Order: sequence, then structure tokens, then C-alpha cells
Amino acid sequence: MKWSEFFVTGEPLIYAADVAIVLTMVGIVFVLTYFKKWKWLWNEWLTTVDHKKIGVMYIICAVLMLFRGGVDALLMRAQLTAPNMKFLDAQHYNEIFTTHGTIMILFMAMPFIIGLMNIVVPLQIGARDVAFPYLNALSFWLFFFGALLFNISFVIGGSPDAGWTAYFPLAGNEFSHGVGNNYYAVALQISGIGTLMTGINFLVTILKMRAPGMTLMRMPMFTWTILITCVLIIFAFPVLTVALALMTFDRVFGTQFFTMANGGMSMLWANLFWIWGHPEVYIVILPSFGIFSEVVSTFAQKRLFGYKAMVGSIVGIAFLSFIVWVHHFFTMGAGPAVNSAFSITTMAIAIPTGVKIFNWLFTIRKGKIRFTTAMLWSLAFIPNFVIGGVTGVMLAMAAADYQYHNSYFLIAHFHYVLIAGTVFACFAGLHYWYPKMFGHILNERLGKWTFWLFMIGFNVCFFPMYFLGLMGMTRRMYTYSAGLGWTPLNVVATVGAVLMGIGFIVLCYNIYYSARYGERDMTGDPWNGRTLEWATASPPVHYNFPVTPVVEDVDAYWVMKKKYGGFHVKEEDLKPIHMPSNSGRPFWMSVAFFVAGFGLVFKWFALAIVGALFIVLGLILRSFEDDDGYHIPVDEIKRMERAARKGA
Amino acid sequence: MKWARWRAVLVLPFLFLFGGCVERTAVLNPQGPVARMQYDLIMWSVGFMLFIIVVVFTLFAVFLIRYREKPENAGYEPPDEEGNTLLEVVWTAIPILIVAALAVPTVKATFALEKPPTEKVKPITIHVTAANWKWIFSYPEENIETVNYVHIPAGVPVKFKLTSVGPMNSFWVPELGGQKYAMDGMETELILQADKPGSYMGRSANFSGEKFAHMEFEVVAQTGTDFRKWVNEVKQTAPKLDEKKYTQILKPGLVGRMTFSNTHLQWIDHAKQNSHHADGKPMKNDDQSDEAMTNSHHHGE
Amino acid sequence: MGEAAHRYDETLPLEYRTQESRLNILGFWIFLGAEVALFATLFATYLVLFQRTGSGPTAGELFEVQDVLIETLLLLTSSFTCGLAIFEMRRGRISGLIAWLLVTLLLGAGFITFEIREFIHYVHEGATMQTSAFLSSFFVLVGTHGAHVSVGIGWMILIIIQLLQRGFTPKTARKVFIVSLYWHFLDVVWIFIFTLVYLLGMVI
Ligand code: HEM
Ligand SMILES: [Cu+2]
Ligand SMILES: [Cu+2]
Repeated sequence: MKWSEFFVTGEPLIYAADVAIVLTMVGIVFVLTYFKKWKWLWNEWLTTVDHKKIGVMYIICAVLMLFRGGVDALLMRAQLTAPNMKFLDAQHYNEIFTTHGTIMILFMAMPFIIGLMNIVVPLQIGARDVAFPYLNALSFWLFFFGALLFNISFVIGGSPDAGWTAYFPLAGNEFSHGVGNNYYAVALQISGIGTLMTGINFLVTILKMRAPGMTLMRMPMFTWTILITCVLIIFAFPVLTVALALMTFDRVFGTQFFTMANGGMSMLWANLFWIWGHPEVYIVILPSFGIFSEVVSTFAQKRLFGYKAMVGSIVGIAFLSFIVWVHHFFTMGAGPAVNSAFSITTMAIAIPTGVKIFNWLFTIRKGKIRFTTAMLWSLAFIPNFVIGGVTGVMLAMAAADYQYHNSYFLIAHFHYVLIAGTVFACFAGLHYWYPKMFGHILNERLGKWTFWLFMIGFNVCFFPMYFLGLMGMTRRMYTYSAGLGWTPLNVVATVGAVLMGIGFIVLCYNIYYSARYGERDMTGDPWNGRTLEWATASPPVHYNFPVTPVVEDVDAYWVMKKKYGGFHVKEEDLKPIHMPSNSGRPFWMSVAFFVAGFGLVFKWFALAIVGALFIVLGLILRSFEDDDGYHIPVDEIKRMERAARKGA
Repeated sequence: MKWARWRAVLVLPFLFLFGGCVERTAVLNPQGPVARMQYDLIMWSVGFMLFIIVVVFTLFAVFLIRYREKPENAGYEPPDEEGNTLLEVVWTAIPILIVAALAVPTVKATFALEKPPTEKVKPITIHVTAANWKWIFSYPEENIETVNYVHIPAGVPVKFKLTSVGPMNSFWVPELGGQKYAMDGMETELILQADKPGSYMGRSANFSGEKFAHMEFEVVAQTGTDFRKWVNEVKQTAPKLDEKKYTQILKPGLVGRMTFSNTHLQWIDHAKQNSHHADGKPMKNDDQSDEAMTNSHHHGE
Repeated sequence: MGEAAHRYDETLPLEYRTQESRLNILGFWIFLGAEVALFATLFATYLVLFQRTGSGPTAGELFEVQDVLIETLLLLTSSFTCGLAIFEMRRGRISGLIAWLLVTLLLGAGFITFEIREFIHYVHEGATMQTSAFLSSFFVLVGTHGAHVSVGIGWMILIIIQLLQRGFTPKTARKVFIVSLYWHFLDVVWIFIFTLVYLLGMVI
């Protein structure tokens, strides 16, 4: 490989990115050095095993990735604004929609959700941390370096360009000669392993570490959705692991799984991909349902309506999500019987989903609704998601899907579910739990600006796409010709995208503004919350609860407030608290994964082996480690509790 | 009232639809029995969907207005209700009924689409081969071949036998009916029919690489006699296709319309074997067309 | 963690006594659930592809009965000896435990040796991973299992060293228990490989 091929060259966009990357890195190094923060960074963040800090790091990465994916989206929209635009060439457009889709789903939606669940779940169940804090750190760093590996493809070697679905044979050696799709296979693999471990970790945490009195049917709805999501992760992600491994074997070692010659079968890839892919969309949507449930119930100031039905419908959705994958390729010609069967299973998902919608509606009925920003996002979810949902049912009807498939109708549908579902939920959760994370509230005025800009922009951008699809505009077209009549709606869509972009900028400004001037949350319970996370200080002391709370009902903290006027800790009840020690090993092992992955992408096997050896070394060191953590003495707890609560 | 404002935003785009240009909206402008069957199914589902939307949006609006926090209801304490079995049964049962009402015609249509829409007329067969980035149409009975356009007789079911050389494509003529994939080493069948003479745009609906956006073709439907006339004309005037020329056509890139008085099926049917190359031989890594592709996949140059 | 981590329960077997151990063991069971999904996917892939032999040999032409039978014998026996190791652990006899673990480990190493021999043999006959879809899926499925067994061997060595260093503790006992779960799991996977890959391949 020549150096000129190693670094992507020849485009102003790329040079700008190179410069931006170098400047950012120099800037970070300078700031850290100037303020003498290296040690702080290492001790407080890079080696932490605290679920709250890990959650914050996930969310920071997710917001950065939302930025990257959003820039990709705006570039695409710019190119499609008018017919025959020359803003991006075909190759670039293809790379950009590929990275947009992959990043948005795997490196934005997933980590955002996982970040929120890291912060919230242990608090909601009254636990001190997750079951395996060390593993949790490893999960995060694997995700981080997987995402990093994926992102550097933009400037080193070239980005993948076969779509986020990477269908073969297009994504195989026969048609994709660069390293782009190697990046796809390896980077997703690394972060996918991290996700799988998160799934196991949180499943054990939720099953085994709930506070006394919290039976399964007294768990907060968000925790329920995470429990089920973990099950989905545990059964779906191994399929992705295998699919990506086979892809890597095909691309790097010349095997014949999905090739066109020697018996290879490209349709196998499509099946494996979607056997993971469909559950994957539920992995990002179920927790979103959980977030909406929490927020809606809090700000309607009313218990969640139909708790049992809610639980039942999550379980139903999760089960169905494994038997619908063929709806992604009804047009492959599997025959009418197969298509009919998968049509029906897919439509059946609408039933439990409908149940949930009505339960939310009836939660707000007879409530006393407070229109906070978090609540606005959650309320807006209902009508917008219903639009995405009903068009989803339309897509599920095989015979009709032949007319929608791969068109902008589909693009509109899945953005209506992914944005109105997951992104709205992430924003709702961010505003809702922000005080828990950082101790201050995000400015409500700016929050509402973000909401209205983004929500209106979203509809302006994506609603016309349904009609573009019906007009025959197919997804992944880098340009179209003038006589087709597609121009007006495309212009409208671009306007909407710009509005969403502005909304995002306001959000970023809000984060900065609130950090400086935002209202501090001294009570730990700024929203009059119902679940246990609000029983801790904002932000919680690193051991979360000085003594383990006892749960009497679904809305555990609500009941405590009603009955006892809050969560009171008697100092004589305090006992020393056992905490896990920090470790730098998850960080450097993930670096080793990165190095090994990079070697694999470029087929530099020596480098890959060096990376692999360090991974093995890390595992051996971990096996011999005899560190059982440490204890916080009672006096120390007393001191920290007083400090945390001094405002109250 | 804020909710009203954004309800308006939601409704506005509907106006695009009803404000004209239905004939531009290909899927809603069916020009043959296949597309019409799908159109009917779509409209049937749209009815139910609008019903669901109306119900949900109404409840949503009513609840938002009635139950928002106001100074007047400061002392109001929301009731502690856990649920309501009757209501929950109702809103489980109604979706089940709706799904059933959608499933039955869906299954019917899905089976019906695999058969010609009419028994009375004998269908004609056209082999369709997608290649990077063009469409090749072969008429085995008439023994002619066209590139990037296809003539069909109106009122006659057409069996398109789809395959591909290389990446997967999807054959879609929205005004005549839904799409199906064209895959390397495989054959899929799509049956379409045009009501009357006319010109309909088709394109690939499945991404197949760099210049995929240009994979358009025209379907020209003609009366039976005009179609015959056209076939004869092609037979007499069009040049012959040979393997060399065919290999050239298959090279990744764009080509214009072409017409030949024989078909490539004489020497290769890509549906029957995996093939990267016109000759069907297994690919060699260093050959020309590969190089051409390497170039198109890199920045740099 | 918290007090829970110190809930030490004398009535349970050593490996279950601390809360941490109970979490680990549950976590490992769940991990095995994920492994089931992983191998299920590999099996499905193999079954889809095993008759797609392209220009390469078919399963019937290729497989070496003798090697496979020896491998099967070795691995099944090792699963039995692994069970004996746990039995010794429950009886509190560390030397018996270590001895049986060593036997298990040697049998596992024997299995791997024969498997590698088998693979080398195939490659010499021109049947490589790159030859056909069938062979790709064969080598990846059986190779993944083999890689798991190799990891198991390395892991057992680490645990034996720790047993020698630290003796019986709730922690070492738990590790022994978990590695034994892993080992039995691989045995079960092998039974599926034996039937679905080798027997099926030789019949059809
Ligand atoms: C922020 C505003 C967004 C805009 C303006 C936007 C725009 C677009 C457009 C125009 C496409 C179609 C590209 C094409 O087919 O040519 C697309 C594809 C896609 N988008 Fe978005 N998007 C946005 C946010 C998101 C989010 C939040 C997600 C996921 C959580 C997402 C997931 C996807 C996926 C998976 C694809 C398909 C990529 C592919 O075809 O391989 N997008 N987006
Ligand atoms: Cu799906
Ligand atoms: Cu969908």
C-alpha cells in the first residue's frame, strides 16, 4: 500500500477534516497540559469503574457522534436539494450515507441509550454499582475504540461505501477493493463485543442487585425495558458477531461465504444481518419506551397506567422482534407463503405497541401535566411515532411493500421511528436526568427552543419523503434528474434538515450555558420524581446510597415521600461500604483491540498479532488480580453525605 | 395553543398530495392491473391508518388541553389509578381486528402477484440482466436484445426473468407495479402488465455501487401490432451482438440505449451460474475490469 | 456491591458463598446463552452452505473418520474427568482437583492436536478455507470450537497456578466451577458438530 492510498487525499472536505482533527487534538493536549489535567483525566475518567462516570462518557461520545452523523446528513441533504447537484460526487455520497447510517445507529443511538442506562439503572434499583464494574469499563472502552476506528476511516484509507447494511456481493472483495468495508467489519465487531458484555452485565445487575422489596413487578418501567433489551442483546449480538467475522474472513482471508463464485451465497449475509438488525432496532426503541414511561408519569404527576400490560407488551415485542427479519427483503422472491407469514408477524408487533401508546395516553388523562422540556419531547413522541408506526404497518404488507421498498417512503418511515422514538427519547432522558448527572438543570427556555426547532424541522424534513417515495425516488441516489418533479419536496426536506441542525446547535449552546449559569439542583429531586434515582443527591456520591433503600411499591421514592417525607438515613445505620477499585486495564486492553483491529483492516498481520498479544496479556493479568476493592469507613460516609446534602 | 401549531405542521404536507401532481406520484397512479392491485391494497390500509391517527391524535389533543397544570387546578391531586381492564381489552382487541383486516387482503394479494393478472392472454417472457450500471433486456422468443429500454405489448402480462451480473439490483417500474430483486447466479420472476400504450420510467431500487443512481430505463408499452412491428424492425435493422461487444457492455460504467438482433442468452445465462464476467469464467484478480473498479473505489486519483 | 457483596453464606458450596461469586456464576451462565446463539448461527451458516461445494470436494469425499472418532473420544473423556475434578473440589481435596484438571487439560490438548492434524491433512488435499463455501463454513465452525477449547486449556492452566498459589478460597473455587461449566459446554457443542457436520457429511 502506498502512502498516498493510506491517507485519503484529493478533496477539500477531507483536508478540512484533517486540519480540524489535528487542531482539535493539539487543542486537547494543550488544554490538558496547560491546566495540568492529565492526571485528573487518568484517575477520574480513563480508569474509572463508576457506572455514572462511564454513563457520562457514553453520552459525550454519543453527542459527538450525533454531530458527525448529523453533518453527514446535512451534506446528503445539501446534495439532494436540487437535481443534478455537483456538491458531492457519487463516491462521496455513497460513503456518507453509509457512515451516516452506521454511526447514527451503532455509535449514536446505542451509546446514548447505554449511557443513560448506565447512569440510571443502578440508581433506580437501589444498587451501589453494576454487577461487574470492571467489565463495564471494558465495554465502554471497546465501544469507544470501535467508534474511533470507524471514524478514522474518513481520513485514513477511505470510508465504507456499501450502505450500513453492507450487502454482498457489493461489500465483498469483488466490488469493494479499498479498506472501507474492512473498517466496517472490524470496528463494528469491536464495539459489538462491548455491547454484548453490557447486555450480560446489566441483566445480572437487574436480576440480582435490586434493593430489598423491589420485586420484578415493582421495578421502574425503564429498568424493565433495559432488562428485556439485555435479553435481546444477548441473543441478537452473537449473530452480528458471527456475520461480521464471516465478512472479515471473506474480505481479509479470501473465504467464500458471501462471494459469487465457489458456492458463496450473498443472501445469507442479508439474512444474518437482519436477524441481528431487526432486534437491534428494538434494542434502541425499547429503552426509549422506558424513558418515555418515566418522564410521562413524572410530569403527569400520576402513576403509569397499565403497568402490567406495559410489561407484557415489552416482552411480546421482544419476542416478535426475532421472527420478522424477512420484512427487510420481501422483494428477494422467497415466495408468497414466506412473505405472508413474515407480513403477519410484523403487523402483529403493532398490537403490543398500540397497547403501549394507549397506556401512555391514559397516563396523562386525569393527570396534572407539566410541560417541561423533557415532557415536551415525550409528548411529541406519541403523535410522531404513531405516524412512523402506521407507515411501518403499511410496509409490513408484503404485496404493498413491493412498491415502498428501498424508496424514500422507507427512509421516512424509519426516521419517524428512529428519530421520534429513539432520538426524542435520548433528548427527553438527557433533559430529565441531566441534574442527576451534573448537578444542574439544563436551561428550560433554550431547551424549548431546541425542541420546537428540532421537532418542526424533523417533520418538515421527513414528512415530504413519504411522498418522494411514492413518486419513485429510491434511497441511496446521489442525484436525480430535473424532469421528475421531485425538486420541490426535496427543497422542503433540506429546509427541515437545516432547522434540525439549528436545534442541535441550540442544544450545544444550552449545555455550555447551563454549565455556567444553570440552576443548581440542591434537592436531588428537582422534578418531584417517583423512582429511587431521585432519592440520591445530584450528582450522587460515588457509592450512590449510604444505606440500601427498602422498596414498597412501583414508585418507590414517591411512596417514601408520601409515607415518610423522603428517604432518611440514620447515621447509626451506616456501615462501611465496599467499592470496586479503579483500573487502567480496560483502557489499554481496548487500545490493544484498536491496534489489532487496525492491523486487520490493512492486513498488517504483524501489527494485528501484537495487538492480540496485549489483549491476551490483559486477560492473564486480570485472572491473577487479587484486588477485592476497598471499604469506605463510616466516618468518611458521614462526611460525604453532609457535603452532598449541604444545600438541602 | 402550541399543540395546534404543530398539528398544522403535520397536516400541511398532506396538501402536497391533494394539491395536485398525483400523476407524478407514480405509485398512486397505477397503469396496469398489478400496480392497481397494490394501489387498492395501499388505499385500503391508508383508510385504517388514518382512522388510527385520528383516534390517537384526538385523544392526545383532548387530554393535553384538559389535564395540563393551570393555576386553577393547583390543589388537584391526580388519582392513583393502576389501569382499567376493560379499556385495556378494548385497545388490544381493536388493533387485532385491524391487523386481521389488513392481513387477509395482504396475503391474497401476495399470492395473486405471483401469477399473471389475466388467464386469457398468453404472457410474454423477457429476461432482464442488471449489470453495473445498466439494464439488459433479452427477448428469447423474438431473439432480440435491448439495453436501458424495453418495449412491451399493452394488455399482455409480461414475465420478467430477473438476474444480475454482480451486485444485487431491484427492478422497479412504479406505475406498472412493485419491484423485485435481481441477483447474481439466481433467477427471480416479476410479472407486470400495462393497460394501455405509454411510456413508464423504471429504475433500480437497490443500491449497487457508484453510479447506481443512473440505472434508469424506459418501459414503452405499445399496442400488439405496434409491438410486432417494432420487433420486426429491430430484427431487420439492428446489429448483431457478439461476445466481445457484450463483454464491453458489461464493463462497469454507463452506456446509452442499444438494440441488437440476437440475445446474449445464446452463450451465457447469468441466472444459471455465478458470474462476474461475460464469459462466466471465475474472476482473476488482475484483469482489466477489476482495475477499472479499483480506480472508481478510491479517492486519490 | 455493598453489604450484599459480603453476604457470606456458609451453607452453600464454596464457589457460591460470596455474593460476588453468585453474580459471576449467573453472569457466566448468561454468557453461555450468548455462546449458544453464536454457535447456533455458525451451525445455521454451515447447514445452509454445506452442499455448496463449488469446484471443491464434498463432505463425503473429505472427512477422515478415524481422526474424528479419536477427537470425540478425547473430548468426551475430558468432560468426564472435568466432572471428577469438581467432585474432588466438593470433597475438599485440592490435590485430587488439580490432578483431574491436569488430566482434563491433557485430553483437551490431545483433542486439539488431532484436530490440527485433521485440518493439515485436508489442506494438503487442497481443501482450504478458500476453496468453497462449504469448506469456509466448515473450517470456521469447527475452528471456532477448536479455538474455544484452546482458550479453555490456557484458562485452566492459569487456574491451576492460582490453586497452587492460593489454595481453596471462594474465589478459586468459583473459577474452577466456571471453567468446568465452560468445558462441559464445549463438549455439548462438539456433540452437535459430530452429528451435524461429520455424521451428516458422511451420510449425505
Ligand atoms: C438528524 C437528522 C437526519 C437527517 C437529516 C437524516 C437524513 C438521512 C437521509 C437523507 C438518508 C438517506 C440517504 C440515502 O438513502 O440517500 C438517511 C439514511 C439513513 N439514516 Fe438518517 N438522517 C437523520 C438522522 C438519523 C438518525 C437519528 C438515525 C438513526 C438513529 C438515522 C439513520 C439512518 C439510516 C440507518 C439510514 C440508511 C443508511 C443507508 O442507506 O445505508 N438517521 N438519513
Ligand atoms: Cu425490521
Ligand atoms: Cu421498520
